[in-house]
Amino acid sequence: MREQLQRPVARLGRNVIGTIWRAGSMARFFGLVLASSGTSFQRFRLVMREVYFSGVLSLVIIVVSGLFVGMVLGLQGFQTLQKYGATESIGVLVALSLVRELGPVVAALLFASRAGSAITAEIGLMKTTEQLSAMDMMAVSPMARVIAPRFWAGIISMPILSLLFSAMGVFGGYIIGVVLIGVDNGAFWSQMQAAVDFRYDVLNGMVKSFVFGVAVTVIATFEGYDAPPTAEGVSGATTRTVVTSALMILALDLILTAFMLRAAD
Amino acid sequence: MERTTIDLWFGAFVTAGFIALLVLALKVGNLGAERAADTYRVEARFDNIGGLKVRGPVRSAGVLVGRVAEIRFDNAHYQATVVLALDKRYSWPKDTSASILTSGLLGETYIGLDAGGDDKKLAAGDRITITQPAVVLEKLIGQFLFSKAQEEPKK
Repeated sequence: MREQLQRPVARLGRNVIGTIWRAGSMARFFGLVLASSGTSFQRFRLVMREVYFSGVLSLVIIVVSGLFVGMVLGLQGFQTLQKYGATESIGVLVALSLVRELGPVVAALLFASRAGSAITAEIGLMKTTEQLSAMDMMAVSPMARVIAPRFWAGIISMPILSLLFSAMGVFGGYIIGVVLIGVDNGAFWSQMQAAVDFRYDVLNGMVKSFVFGVAVTVIATFEGYDAPPTAEGVSGATTRTVVTSALMILALDLILTAFMLRAAD
Repeated sequence: MERTTIDLWFGAFVTAGFIALLVLALKVGNLGAERAADTYRVEARFDNIGGLKVRGPVRSAGVLVGRVAEIRFDNAHYQATVVLALDKRYSWPKDTSASILTSGLLGETYIGLDAGGDDKKLAAGDRITITQPAVVLEKLIGQFLFSKAQEEPKK
């Protein structure tokens, strides 16, 4: 009886300690990545290669999702705004929700699941097949050669992807609102311009996506580097990357939004 | 330096991001031609500014002509001092009045400028002397109820 009560408590404690331990290792890993980033800038082509794999190849999903999210926002917004006779505000609704929130957050979630998981799987497999140890043996630092370029590529890609997502979303809202429903074109754009502030909305959105880019790439590279060198270990690490990144993005978004709204007042 | 396809893709990707930023800044945001880069500042003191916020609009005849730049409490007069940043393209007579208004019943609070008849123009650093405070709905209802209550005994 006592044994049965003790076991879950012990497991809970082990999990908590394990999580804190991992958080600490991740912080140390982040410091290590920053410290060995010199090579990434001397041989910038390494970073460009990774931008191609994580950024350019994510373009299709980002652009298409942005378009659809904007269109759905336009349709849903129209339904509700119609009740108040304010259908011209549809542009404001679409643009503000995209630039402030949905652009950075959804783009980061897509980036985590498309590029983050790929980074983890790649690094995990490199570790499993002992490529990382082989590099170490040849006095090539895997941190500088493999991890840091992927980290910086993520930081470069994320804001660009989020900007593209927002721009495509506004275009989607325009298609639904102006082209299909027939809201006045001038009112659509002028109300939007009156409501969206470059510094407080567009730049703050970029700051958000930059922070998300750091979070997602640190988690993805760490999980890959830390993955147990088995097939099961790599698959588990890939899952953890997506789950942890998603939770991290949403939690950071809440904190950043709270700060930004206070600063804007 | 040898050129690779990766370079081309990287360049195209960064350019696309830059174009998206330009679109968001100029077409979606307020950094376009409408942006009043050149402004001059005038002050106005109000008894009550209601729900006015910094960056709130200043309108004259319904047209957006400036923004609220600063709001502070004037401890000498126990009033609110509001600094208005007005577009340099427009000017108003010196005896222009400013009032705090609300667009619609629940809309945002803004400052309305009504031109006066003076020959001299309002210049940077001047103060608008004729002001009208915000209408506080609760006070209005309170006054209405009070006057209603006073009417009763007469009947």
